[in-house]
Amino acid sequence: MSSIGTGYDLSVTTFSPDGRVFQIEYAAKAVDNSGTVVGIKCKDGIVIGVEKLIASKMMLPGSNRRIHSVHRHSGMGVAGLAADGRQIVARAKSEAHNYESTYGEPIPIKELADRVASYVHLCTLYWWLRPFGSGVILGGYDRDGPQLYMVEPSGVSYRYFGAAIGKGRQAAKTEIEKLKLSEMTCRQGVIEVAKIIYGVHDEAKDKTFELEMSWVCDESNRQHQKVPEALLEEAKAAAKAALEEMDAD
Amino acid sequence: MPSEQKLGSAIVDTVFANMVSSQNESSLLSSEGDSQRTQYPYVTGTSVIGIKYKDGILMAADMGGSYGSTIRYKSVERLKQVGKHSLIGASGEISDFQEILRYLDELILHDSMWDDGNSLGPKEVHNYLTRVLYNRRNKFDPLWNSLVLGGVKNGQKYLGSVSMIGVHFEDDHVATGFGNHLARPILREEWREDLTFEEGVKLLEKCMRNLLYRDRSAVNKLQIAKITEEGLTISQPYSLKTFWNFAAFKNPTVGAEGSW
Repeated sequence: MSSIGTGYDLSVTTFSPDGRVFQIEYAAKAVDNSGTVVGIKCKDGIVIGVEKLIASKMMLPGSNRRIHSVHRHSGMGVAGLAADGRQIVARAKSEAHNYESTYGEPIPIKELADRVASYVHLCTLYWWLRPFGSGVILGGYDRDGPQLYMVEPSGVSYRYFGAAIGKGRQAAKTEIEKLKLSEMTCRQGVIEVAKIIYGVHDEAKDKTFELEMSWVCDESNRQHQKVPEALLEEAKAAAKAALEEMDAD
Repeated sequence: MPSEQKLGSAIVDTVFANMVSSQNESSLLSSEGDSQRTQYPYVTGTSVIGIKYKDGILMAADMGGSYGSTIRYKSVERLKQVGKHSLIGASGEISDFQEILRYLDELILHDSMWDDGNSLGPKEVHNYLTRVLYNRRNKFDPLWNSLVLGGVKNGQKYLGSVSMIGVHFEDDHVATGFGNHLARPILREEWREDLTFEEGVKLLEKCMRNLLYRDRSAVNKLQIAKITEEGLTISQPYSLKTFWNFAAFKNPTVGAEGSW
């Protein structure tokens, strides 16, 4: 669906004749070219997984975190331009902190998603600002249970059962739709997310990748944290085994 | 929708959002008006005593909140957990203690959000509190508290105290307020490196009983907290047995008819 927006794509404050704002669409392309980020809502929590494409063998494993905690009860996985994503996370942390300071309770995830989306949208309204070149998948656990939201560079935010952004999102979404999320615990969800990410990773086109996963669920005491080492290794092993099974066919 | 000017400052605010802590807000206020602003404490807690023992730290504080000479509140929890490794006990203005707990909560939250397997230990928290209190004192706007901070991290026991002017100590046994005058002498005589838990509690109770007799703001309802490598427990409130059967207290009005 790419079309050249000659003349109408120079500024985020210009509409094209067919009602599109090309700069926002170009920002979305930055997200589409990054490593896949997957988020699912299981019956007892949220699991977020990131396919971290490794640019250089010199990088230390575990560095360049793509999933960040925003508060005790929530976190976001970032896709697209890493520096832009960092700003979004910083803003989310600030909003969460201010809400709790004012109202005395952890920010409801819906409210947090609203605020992050407003902020991202803000940067699509002025010619002297550029849109964020990153999208986030925000997951958290509040009074109303676990919730998953996705915020795109346009400032749009929707609530999802399962979401994916980045290179392998089409394939990932297909896989997610096959899962019975409402019956799955986060423990099982972690394994499934690992399988999906290993599955959508394109060996031919991309270099190696590192899998980063986090969860917020009853088992983690409703705190957002990295998936524990043991479970992460188990998930990776299961994912690799599933891949080999597929190759064997 | 914010105007462009407001947006400009909003963006700047965003950039600095992480760096601005609640302390900066108070500095903006105090620079406007009077540069000399001492406070008067309103609701205060009395002594806190802390000792190192074999497995960690023991701390004791009563549950009184005095409003001047009235003992207004009798269920004030003056011993609180800070993160995984530390325990704080506070005397002085209770509302300032609540503010300090908010600062510490923010500190611990940001530390935990790194999710890197590390967490702030008692030495770091003690240092942070010292900086906070000292800087407030320099602005003539002190947090009217004396704090005891103790904990265990990686097998290392740590016990320190900070006062409202930022004076800080680290020692095997510390106390605040009247505790310094009534409890520390007992501790200097009877404290040992290898106290067991039971011995430590007995020692603390001896100090607290002394304070109960002699400190007018003390109440007979206390908590004892223990922190070790394994974790922290704060006891349920309980009372000490006291002895008033001294000869001088019997028939106190003998020889002075009409007095009580």
